Amino acid sequence: MCTVCGCGEGEVRVEGKDKAHGHHHHDHGHHHHDHDHGHHHHHGEDGSLHYGAGEAGGSVPGMSQGRMIQLEHDILAKNNAYAAENRSFFAGHGILALNLVSSPGSGKTSLLVKTIEMLGDRLKSYVVEGDQQTANDAERIRATGAPAIQINTGKGCHLDGQMVGHAVEHLTPSDGSVVFIENVGNLVCPAAFDLGEAHKVAILSVTEGEDKPIKYPDMFAASDLVLVNKIDLLPHLDFDVEEAISNARKVNPAIKVLKVSARTGEGMDAWLVWIMAARGMVLAGHPFGTAAE
Amino acid sequence: MHEMSICEGILDVLKEQARAQNFDTVKRVCLEIGPLSGVEIDALKFGFDVVMRDSIADGATLDIIETEGKAWCFSCGTAIVIGERYDPCPKCGSHQLQVTGGEELRIKELEVN
Repeated sequence: MCTVCGCGEGEVRVEGKDKAHGHHHHDHGHHHHDHDHGHHHHHGEDGSLHYGAGEAGGSVPGMSQGRMIQLEHDILAKNNAYAAENRSFFAGHGILALNLVSSPGSGKTSLLVKTIEMLGDRLKSYVVEGDQQTANDAERIRATGAPAIQINTGKGCHLDGQMVGHAVEHLTPSDGSVVFIENVGNLVCPAAFDLGEAHKVAILSVTEGEDKPIKYPDMFAASDLVLVNKIDLLPHLDFDVEEAISNARKVNPAIKVLKVSARTGEGMDAWLVWIMAARGMVLAGHPFGTAAE
Repeated sequence: MHEMSICEGILDVLKEQARAQNFDTVKRVCLEIGPLSGVEIDALKFGFDVVMRDSIADGATLDIIETEGKAWCFSCGTAIVIGERYDPCPKCGSHQLQVTGGEELRIKELEVN
């Protein structure tokens, strides 16, 4: 890892395998900043630093002799192309793919273990586990009998379309199954990277703050469902569930919310109904939709 | 820190374009970035310098056009400007908004030799 920039390129591993896709090495020597870096954050009255409030600026081409090329090229186009390939694979095989996103420690893996146990024979489950390091989570999932593959992102902060495509190739999920993609615990970066999933599902545990949806609005805007997890702990906490839901709806008026406890099983039936409904949408009109039931 | 991945993505595009449009060096990169794109501009500028080093865009100038966050308010039927996703409609206070702009994350133009 580069200790200056935090870049972890080349450290991505799919369970022990070095990821063999091309990456370039940049110089990790001394970084000179020759040109001016203007301050882009604003200082609030309460002393908070607020980034991203810059005024819209215009650009004036330089006075040089260089050739201008108009591009209008979407920077995430490459990831989006991998995601589109994944989406097409899932659609072709009637597979429901869900991208589970949350902060670290929200109980994603426990929730997933419980979900897979409750789905039982009703729906074949596969899991792609994303973490910076260790294969612990994939091992926990495999204990349920569901095939799982671990992606270690090294210092990377999110899964991308290419990593997931690679993992799904190894998993070979069966037609009409569900693939749960447990993203790296991070409410920021995974919002920007489409993996080809049908839905992003955000997990918010009641031991976190009610204002998390507005602190990390991009993730809640990108998700179709919020699972408010660990509700069995509510009697011991001051967490205001309704306020959390109201905050989620501020950034995404259409978002669905379910309250669950993976530990006691409370609310899990509703989550399973949601999964089966989402799967129904995938199978609707699919050639083997009826046969897969 | 996915700004670093974004910069890697930019360099990939520059290399592809260098082959397709036959140029050797990039002198200036102009990006268009919206306030709702999830990208922090300071982090992107830092990442840009680091990632472009020793590439065809070593020392290239980075210009950034910051667009406005735009939304449509379903409650009062007005096109509005928002700074954040959780902002209410400035006219009626509703949160029933559909974002219509501000998610841009694209390379607008290049100056090359």
